[in-house]
Amino acid sequence: MNLFDIIGPVMIGPSSSHTAGAVRIGQMAYTLLGETPSKVSVELHQSFAKTCRGHGTDKAIIAGLMGFTPDDIRIRESLVLAAECGMTFSFTETDMSDAHPNSVRIIASVHTDRKVSLQASSVGGGRVRISEVNGLPVDITGDYPTLLCMHQDRLGLISELTLHLAQNKINIANMRVFRSARTELVATFIETDQLIDPDILRKIEQLSGVGSTYSLPPLQL
Amino acid sequence: MKYLTQQSLHDLAAAAVSAQTTLAQIGLQNHMRTTDEKETVVRQKMADRLQVMRASVEEGCRQGNLSDSGLSGGDALRYDKKTGDQGGLCGQLQTKMIRNALAVAEQNAKMGRIVAAPTAGSSGVLPAVLFAIAEERGYSDDQLIEALFTAAAVGQVIAFRASLSGAEGGCQAECGSAAGMAAAALVELTGGSPQQAIHACALAIKSLLGLVCDPVAGLVEVPCVKRNAFSAVQALTAADMALADIKSFIPPDEVLDAMKSVGLMMHPDLKETAAGGLAATPTGKAAAQGCISRLT
Repeated sequence: MNLFDIIGPVMIGPSSSHTAGAVRIGQMAYTLLGETPSKVSVELHQSFAKTCRGHGTDKAIIAGLMGFTPDDIRIRESLVLAAECGMTFSFTETDMSDAHPNSVRIIASVHTDRKVSLQASSVGGGRVRISEVNGLPVDITGDYPTLLCMHQDRLGLISELTLHLAQNKINIANMRVFRSARTELVATFIETDQLIDPDILRKIEQLSGVGSTYSLPPLQL
Repeated sequence: MKYLTQQSLHDLAAAAVSAQTTLAQIGLQNHMRTTDEKETVVRQKMADRLQVMRASVEEGCRQGNLSDSGLSGGDALRYDKKTGDQGGLCGQLQTKMIRNALAVAEQNAKMGRIVAAPTAGSSGVLPAVLFAIAEERGYSDDQLIEALFTAAAVGQVIAFRASLSGAEGGCQAECGSAAGMAAAALVELTGGSPQQAIHACALAIKSLLGLVCDPVAGLVEVPCVKRNAFSAVQALTAADMALADIKSFIPPDEVLDAMKSVGLMMHPDLKETAAGGLAATPTGKAAAQGCISRLT
């Protein structure tokens, strides 16, 4: 832990895992969608469900979905602000069996055409793990700039992907590949030292067999 | 040496002594080496945190409203009104510490902006002691920033050897760690030696060793708000003893190791699950039920 993990983060109370971490999970959904959603469904598991209102977990998630950071004082008023923007949202309790006690599933859409779903956990101190995006398993922490690429299971595709990064002087810090038997799709996510700009992202999207691709900036804490 | 100082209070203090400097400086130098951040940047970041802490004390002393759950709020104002300019039974310095700690912890419960130091649940302790002693003795912001580096350097070792999480180690890991960090910070701020600072940390933690995390309704309010005030006072007591060269009989690193093992032995009901201790008393359970109806 560095000095500012000890004296920090600067955050809206009362709980780093139930409030600050919840904001960051909402932020991740916001980034994946690229804008504030118009319709949101939030399913809360165990501890997240039980102490939701008292910890402001509901306000925190909605604040993140509007792109607020964990230290934004508007988090307190986020439900009102979201309603004023025309967002409709619902919170329900769910059972994700053996998931981390502070877990949540968010389905967010912009009108009807664009939609993102994710499953995530707040694992302590405001740190988060995104474990599923659009039905595909992933393992994203938001600590680094992250490239998330959904693609077909084609021989050599990953080497083309990493070649693009190398040619653009993007250094890879961590990388994992998840295959889903159910959808026959692959989620490759690459944590990098540099943020991947939109031009590089567009080139990657043009590779044969590549579907939705996202460049996710690191989440502030 | 670079890494050992983050793993042992003994090595941290030894490094400071051999370089004829402070724990704060060793922590700062290590941070700059590992992150490549310039000193001005690091100092500015800490200065920003100090300002957030100050604002949380001031806001908390002004606002007497209750939290959303209704479990906390108004005590900082109540205490300030009673103690006034004369101070309470504890004398001026401690009275201000108690007031500040209540103020910040109440702000945290009310979704105010705070600095987790080391956690949100224990965020009242450091600002409580720093702003109270600055008010009494006129320390500058630069001196308080230096004290935050002391607290952070000590906190790094606690995080490595024990834990800073109530869910992992009980309240001793949150308020206990905050008190240990605050005690060391007070010692360096008032001109004490690195040895005295790490012993102050150990003394404060020993006084809170075994403290369970048993929040009513699982919320960071009862007993967390008041425990922040008690922890601030423990930090002051520990710093004062250490400044007189009173040592912890058990070496500081062994105290941290003991804290870790106590945390591991602690029953899960007493680690932030709201299933034991005060949370499981008839009044605690009734209050939790009351919260559910108030919040839904």
